[in-house]
Amino acid sequence: MRKVYLDNAATTPLLPEVREAMLPFLGEDFGNPSCLHSWGDTAREAMEDARDQVAQLIGADTEETIFTGSGTESNNFAVKGLALAQQNKGKHVVVSAIEHFSVLHSARTLEKWGFELSLVPVDRYGMVDPDDVRKNLRKDTVLVSIMHANGEVGTIESTKEIAKVTKEKGVVFHTDAVATAGTIPIDVKELGVDALSLAGNQFYGPKGVGVLWVRKGVRIMPFLDGGVQEGGRRAGTENIPAIVGLGKAAELARINMASRIKHLTQLRNRLLTELPNKIEHVVVTGHPRNRLPGHASFCVEFIEGEAMLMLLNSEGVAVTSGSACTSRALKASHVLIAMGISHELAQGSLLFSFGLDNTSEDIDYVLEVLTRVVDRLRQMSPLYAKFIKTGKGGK
Amino acid sequence: MPVYSEKVMEHFMNPRNVGEIENPDGVGEVGNPVCGDMMTFYIKVKDDKLEDVKFKTFGCGAAIAVSSMVSEMAKGKTLEEAMKITPRAVADELKGLPKQKFHCSNLGAQALNKAIRDYLDKKKGGGKK
Repeated sequence: MRKVYLDNAATTPLLPEVREAMLPFLGEDFGNPSCLHSWGDTAREAMEDARDQVAQLIGADTEETIFTGSGTESNNFAVKGLALAQQNKGKHVVVSAIEHFSVLHSARTLEKWGFELSLVPVDRYGMVDPDDVRKNLRKDTVLVSIMHANGEVGTIESTKEIAKVTKEKGVVFHTDAVATAGTIPIDVKELGVDALSLAGNQFYGPKGVGVLWVRKGVRIMPFLDGGVQEGGRRAGTENIPAIVGLGKAAELARINMASRIKHLTQLRNRLLTELPNKIEHVVVTGHPRNRLPGHASFCVEFIEGEAMLMLLNSEGVAVTSGSACTSRALKASHVLIAMGISHELAQGSLLFSFGLDNTSEDIDYVLEVLTRVVDRLRQMSPLYAKFIKTGKGGK
Repeated sequence: MPVYSEKVMEHFMNPRNVGEIENPDGVGEVGNPVCGDMMTFYIKVKDDKLEDVKFKTFGCGAAIAVSSMVSEMAKGKTLEEAMKITPRAVADELKGLPKQKFHCSNLGAQALNKAIRDYLDKKKGGGKK
């Protein structure tokens, strides 16, 4: 059976060069970088090389780059740590309605700790209007956290314009760049943000490692107390193999970014155009142009996402969905709902995220398989039957 | 993928009795698309027995497997027997359902019940629901 992996937004595979770079640190180079002997030196040098590689990827200064255990940790650290460090100035934070749960739930936790939270809405494409951010800023606002791009619908936000607003008001601005770092060009100085999260497993690096970049001069409360690793901001013995892998992945992403973007955009554009042409009653979600290179997302009417995923999986195709039934919480994607998509339509959400190994033949195969899958489930669907009989219920 | 039993997967991949019955003796609809699952059951009754049972389902893998299993369990049973089919019995026949999905997807017995009551009401009240 043909196997087609189209879930790179969940995680990318590890590149062979990255794995090669990591291997010595899973073997003879096992030292702890805090130690003052040759084993420690080897580990420390490798870690600092990786820090350089990551800093270069995002146009940052090396010493502003903190290694963490994941994108989720980076986001928790940023939202809670930046807010707590400034709580004498005020206790109000602003995040968008479509943030990843690691930002959204961190902000909810701040609420429990006595902060106030404002959610900025998005339009039907998932775009945050910088003016809406401005309207939500108050005298006591200490933090704005709005993602660089949404991994579920692919929309890239106007981060630069939002940064202008926060700068004007002197409010710290964090952006979750987990979906974008290593995928599209990022220069933190040009973006104008104060803090940025990224994760290694989104651009062919290993899992279990992330980065939080915090501009020099911006205060953050340490999240993990302990030793003085990472300048005392993140205690715990560093995950050296993963950090080295992340560094290598960052270097490769920087060098090959233009060609990767070209390849992914071609595939994505083909699917965005051909899928709604081939299958009736399919709508594209997210921004039509302003979107991540390898990202194509849709809602298929009258059927449910998990059932589609299961049938696609039985034909070797791996994708993901934001339907209620696919989530552990059994709730439809908060992103789609915030964009004004009905619960019913959100049930049929499908996300295809392309990677470096995908080809145009993969799209041929997916279009063929998905046509059959959709047809089969629609034949079973009472909503489709109703639509056919009455012409009502379609979008 | 959620962890479904082999039996659930088998019914999901090869659902029995999918479709509608023309001029059914009873129809039962439960759920709504907001919560993610919706089932419509159609029945044909002869001599107080379910001569035919068909369904249409909008929902996840578990919801489709549940519908298929209920239709299979109900077919040929007397109305009285069929009304005794419980969600628990359906889940047991399917060798278990994921805990968090037990309630939302396990609406098949309820839909079947509704179809039977629809039939009984019609028989009593001359076509009214």
